[in-house]
Amino acid sequence: MAEKYLDFEKPIIEIEQKINELRTVSKKPDIDFSAEIKKLHKKANRLKNATFKNLTGWQQTLLARHPERPYTLDYVQHMTTDFVELEGDRRFGMGHSIVGGFARFEGETVMIIGHQKGRDLTERMNRNFGSSNPEGYRKAMRLIKLAEKFNKPVITLLDTPGAYPGMGAEERGQSEAIAANLFDLISVKVPIVVTLIGEGGSGGALALGVGDRIMMLEYSVYSVISPEGCAAILWDDCTMIEKAAETLRLTSKDILELGVIDEIVKEPIGGAHRDPVLAASILRRAIRRHLNELRKIDPKEMVAQRKKKFRNMGVFEEY
Amino acid sequence: MSWFIRKREPKDALTVKKLKIPEGVWVKCEKCREIIYKTELENNMNVCPKCEHHHYLPAAERIQSVVDPGSFVEFDANLTPVDILNFKDSRKYTERLKTSAKKTGLKDAIISGRAYVGGMRTQIAALEFKFMGGSMGSVVGEKIVRSAERAIEEKTPLIIFACSGGARMQEGIISLMQMAKTSAAIAEMSEAGLLFISVLTNPTMGGVTASFAMLGDVIIAERDALIGFAGPRVIEQTIKKKLPEGFQRAEFMREKGMVDIVSHRKDIRPTIIRIVSLLSTP
Ligand SMILES: [Zn+2]
Repeated sequence: MAEKYLDFEKPIIEIEQKINELRTVSKKPDIDFSAEIKKLHKKANRLKNATFKNLTGWQQTLLARHPERPYTLDYVQHMTTDFVELEGDRRFGMGHSIVGGFARFEGETVMIIGHQKGRDLTERMNRNFGSSNPEGYRKAMRLIKLAEKFNKPVITLLDTPGAYPGMGAEERGQSEAIAANLFDLISVKVPIVVTLIGEGGSGGALALGVGDRIMMLEYSVYSVISPEGCAAILWDDCTMIEKAAETLRLTSKDILELGVIDEIVKEPIGGAHRDPVLAASILRRAIRRHLNELRKIDPKEMVAQRKKKFRNMGVFEEY
Repeated sequence: MSWFIRKREPKDALTVKKLKIPEGVWVKCEKCREIIYKTELENNMNVCPKCEHHHYLPAAERIQSVVDPGSFVEFDANLTPVDILNFKDSRKYTERLKTSAKKTGLKDAIISGRAYVGGMRTQIAALEFKFMGGSMGSVVGEKIVRSAERAIEEKTPLIIFACSGGARMQEGIISLMQMAKTSAAIAEMSEAGLLFISVLTNPTMGGVTASFAMLGDVIIAERDALIGFAGPRVIEQTIKKKLPEGFQRAEFMREKGMVDIVSHRKDIRPTIIRIVSLLSTP
């Protein structure tokens, strides 16, 4: 089982534990540690700011994969009401690694879909650690077409190590499933707001990642290949993972600079897992703002803009 | 996403033996190990005349093997890749680009243009595997999109020969976006009611398979081609088992319902002509 805290989180956690201890003691009469607590609070905040301001690509990858990090269903719980999960691709299977359904979001009905990693080991196995088989992508597209039919906007939340590289996945058309989503998503006639909430693992993430607005949570990552895979293939050396994470430029700041996303959504200091409710409320406001903007655009024009957005992705020279 | 893993040439006795063969006259079949006249192999589209093994065919020759003689006009040959990430692994991306350019005479891993096939006008493109494993970065993505746009403008079919290890890692997230960009272009063609024939050749993997390559109205797989999302080694590492013989090969893909036709190299041109002809007449 994974460690609950990352190495660079530990000094902060230790101070916070100390504060809690002092608080407990302070409850007794005649003992007042409030000055010390205040001091420690300041120290913890300073440390948090210093640590989280300059995270390396690899540290950010670890945060994005943090075992305590809120997952899609946590955001569904904190951002929506009346969620009705809809399952299955109607062809082969349920698609456990991706969840989706209609829900009420800020008073309006939306379709909300995202990759789902598991919290404990049993759920992780059941969810296949968020690595989807073709059924997950096909289910997602089925649900998005349902949203289009009923003219409801779509919210997607991306959080996957990548599409599952298994025998069954190949036999049932993993490539076709992803390609079909890319083909279909570009002309869906309802607004699609995409947010990377954790790990944006290559094609498996992109299969839910074509939309009108693309946002990344501050400590999420988005990459064409995992740092591990990249180190193994390009360096032929598994110890080069940190270097690979740096070189790939996969942090939200990098991806914004490269022009692939529209916005970075701030997380509570220390990461979304330190305050999932606050993280969800910041994200909810950002999504609402984009949905309000998109609602004002004629659907035809919106699809044209979406096409243009992806048409223009690429950097090359032409002499 | 790019699952192509470099294979080191084993320095075995066969390689040594190869050195003794007068250079440029004889070659050895990769599969049956028979010694073949080089010109005989070339005249046979690099298919072994003894065992029918389909050897690698460069993109330029691939196009020539399908189009009407002299009809191919290349476009966008001046599109040049940019090292946006300042990428350096064991080697610099810029150096890898230089080496590949020298080896292939191309600026990136694709040749695209207009050609007549059986007298019918088409847009055609082929990926060049010897250029960084045929990987898709910004230039490959852009040239595919421009080919699709020309197809729409001139109301012609589009034919693409895929041959790729996947997305180009050295262009990071931008290369991933080429999957969405090329798929969107194929969707545009589809909306315009135009034909896209995707030909999958050995190998077609990763982000190329999971985008435009699997979106053909008709998908032709060349005999024996390795076709898939994840590479065999990655799958074996994941499932901790050896894959069965023939897994992810063209015939397997047909059996699983993923492709329309598995074709011998020499039958690809007549097949394309028949399909284009059927769809361009009442
Ligand atoms: Zn042979």
